[in-house]
Amino acid sequence: MSITYLEAIREAQAKALADDPRVFIYGQDVGNFGGAFKATKGLAKQFPGRVLDSPISEDAMTGLAIGAAIEGMRPIVEMQFADFSTVAFNQIVNQAGTMFWRTNVTCPVVVRLPCGGTAGSGPFHSQMMEAIYAHYPGLIVLTPATVEDAYSMLLEAVALDDPVIFCEHKFLYYHLKAEKLPTEALPVGKARIAREGRDLTIVTYSAMLHESLAAAAELRNEGWEVEVVDLRSVKPLDTDTVMASVARTGRLLCVGEAWPWGGVTAEVITRVVSEGFDLLDAPPQRLNAKDTPVPYHPNLWSAHRPTARTIASAARKTLQS
Amino acid sequence: MERIVARANARSKLTGMVQSVAEAATNNEVLPSPEIHLRAYRFMLLARVLDDKFASLYRAGKIMGGVFLGRGQEALSAAIGVSLREGDIFAPLIRDLAGRLAFNEPILDSVRTYLGSIEGPMRGRDGNIHRGRPKEGQLAMISHLGAMISVVNGGLFARRMRGIKGTVGVACCGDGATSTGAFHEAINQAAVEKLPLVMVVADNQYAYSTPTNRQFACRSLVDRAVGYGLRGDEVDGTNLSDCLRVVGAAVDRARAGEGPQLVVAHLLRLCGHGEHDDAGYIDANLKNSELGRDCLKLAEKWIQQQGWTDTATLAQWRSEAIQKVEEAVATVQREAGPDPFEKNYWSALSNPKFVEGNE
Repeated sequence: MSITYLEAIREAQAKALADDPRVFIYGQDVGNFGGAFKATKGLAKQFPGRVLDSPISEDAMTGLAIGAAIEGMRPIVEMQFADFSTVAFNQIVNQAGTMFWRTNVTCPVVVRLPCGGTAGSGPFHSQMMEAIYAHYPGLIVLTPATVEDAYSMLLEAVALDDPVIFCEHKFLYYHLKAEKLPTEALPVGKARIAREGRDLTIVTYSAMLHESLAAAAELRNEGWEVEVVDLRSVKPLDTDTVMASVARTGRLLCVGEAWPWGGVTAEVITRVVSEGFDLLDAPPQRLNAKDTPVPYHPNLWSAHRPTARTIASAARKTLQS
Repeated sequence: MERIVARANARSKLTGMVQSVAEAATNNEVLPSPEIHLRAYRFMLLARVLDDKFASLYRAGKIMGGVFLGRGQEALSAAIGVSLREGDIFAPLIRDLAGRLAFNEPILDSVRTYLGSIEGPMRGRDGNIHRGRPKEGQLAMISHLGAMISVVNGGLFARRMRGIKGTVGVACCGDGATSTGAFHEAINQAAVEKLPLVMVVADNQYAYSTPTNRQFACRSLVDRAVGYGLRGDEVDGTNLSDCLRVVGAAVDRARAGEGPQLVVAHLLRLCGHGEHDDAGYIDANLKNSELGRDCLKLAEKWIQQQGWTDTATLAQWRSEAIQKVEEAVATVQREAGPDPFEKNYWSALSNPKFVEGNE
C-alpha cells in the first residue's frame, strides 16, 4: 500500500472531521464533487452538512470561517488555487491575523492553499504565497514537503488556536508517495535535516526540498557532502536548526520557488548573517524563481523556477567560493 | 447637487408613503410600543451626549487618532440595538454608538477605547470605534468596509451547524461600503445560505466627501435586494418610529427563519466624516431638506406629542446621561495606558512558543 501527498491531505481532513465535531470544510467545489484536486473526495458524503460548497467568493469564504471560529468552530477553508487567496487577502491578514492581538479572542482558522507550479499552469495557477502571508503578524505559515508532513502538519494546524496558512504544493500531490501515514511527527516550528552533510547547507522547503535533494545526490558524485534542511514551517522559522547546520558546514545556499524580492530565502540569510556571520566561510547565496509571472509553456516554466540542475550549479559556486 | 437633493427628497417622500402606519397595520407588523420608543430615545440621547463629549475631548487634544460620530444616525442605530436580544450578533460600523449602547455595550468600553485605557476591551491596542467583545456577539470592526458582513454570516452559520436557533445577526454599513466586493460577496453568501442576517445600510448621502451620485447609479440601494434574492425595505432614517418598525420587523422576519433582510435608511450625516473634517462639501440644500432633520429632535417632539413623556422628564434624562458620561470619563482618565515594555503586548499569536523576533 502506498499513499500520495494529496491522499494524506484528504486523510488528515477525514480524521479531523471524525475526531472533532467543531471542524468543517468550506470552499469552492469541495462538496459532492470532492474539490478541484479531489482533496475532499468522499468527505461530503461521509460527513453530511460539514463539507460545503461555497460561492466563488474568497473574501466571504474566509470571513465566514473567521466568524465561525469566533463561535468556537474549527473551519478549514480550501482555496481552489493559492493564487486566488489574494481575493481573500484582506480577511486573512487584517481580520484573522489581527483578531487575537486586538480582541484576545483566538481565531483557529486553517486556510489551505494549493500552491506552486506545475507545467502548463501559467501565471494565475502556480503562485507561491508563503512569503506574503509570513510577512503579516498573527499567522502561522506551514509548507510541508513530504507525505508524512502533509498529514501530520495539517492535523496540527487544525488543532492550533491561531490562524494557519497551509501551503500544500500541487506538484507533490500525485507523484510523492509514502508507505503509510505517520503516527508521530516533529511539531510545527521545527525544521528537519532531510540529508546530512558537512560541506554546504541547503535550506529549503516545500517542493524545492526534492529538487535540492536531487542536487545533493548529484553533487555527491562529485565528492561533496551537502546537508539539506527542510524548514517545514516558514513561520515560525526554526533558526536554531539552520544555525546549527551552518555551524557544521560553514556554507549556506537558500532555495525557494517563490519570487526573489524579499521572502523566505532572504529572511533565512538575514538571520544567519546577523546572528552567525562568523560561522560562514563563504558569502551565503540564494536561488529563487525569476522575477516574472510564472510562465505557461513547460520550457519556460522549467527555466523559471529552480531545478536540481540549477541548484547544483549554484551549490558548486558556493562550495568553490 | 440639486439633482441629488431632488432625488433624496423623492426617496424620502416615497419612503414616507410606503411606510405609512396604515400599511404597516395591513402587513400585520406590530407597531412599536411607547416603551420601546422611550427606551430607544434614551439610548439616542446617551449616544449624542457621549459623542459630544468625545468631540470636545478630541478638540482638547485628549484623544489620539480619529473621532467618528453618529450624529443624525442615532434613530436608526438605536432601533437596531433595541431590536436585538442577548445572544444575537452585531457588527456595528463607525456611527453606531447608539446601537452599541442599546446592545449592552458599557459606556466605559467606548471611553476606554477612545482614551487608550488598558482596562478597556482593546487595551490600547486598537482605538476609537474599533472595539468589541467578539465572544459576546459584539464584533470589533476592521477599517476595510464590507469586511464584517461575512464574519457575521460565519457566526450565524456556526450556530446553525451547532443547532442553535432563534438568534440573528445585524451588520451595518453606509452607502459607500455597498460599492465594495466584500459587501457583494457577503450579501450573496447570506442569501445562498439563507442566514438570519439583517443588513442595515445607512445611506447618509456622502461617503467621506463623495456624494451618492459618484457611488452608485441605481434609484435606491434597496433595489439591489431583488438581485440578491432577499427582501429589502426602505425607511426614513430621521424618523425613530419608522426605524423601530422597519428594523424591528426585519429582525423579526430573520429570527422567524425568513432569510436575510436588507434595510436601507435615508438620512444625512450631521457631522464630518470624522471630527477632523469640517464637512464643507455637504450641500446646503440637503441640510435644509427633510433628510437633514435631526432625528433626536424629531424623536423628542414625537414622544412628547404622543403624551408619553414631558419636558421635565426629558430634562432629567438628559442630565442623567450627562452625569453618566462625566463619571465614565473621570474614571477612565485615572486609568493607566498600555506599557510598551510589557512583553505580553508584542505577541500576535496566542501560542507563546511560536512568538519570535521581539528580542
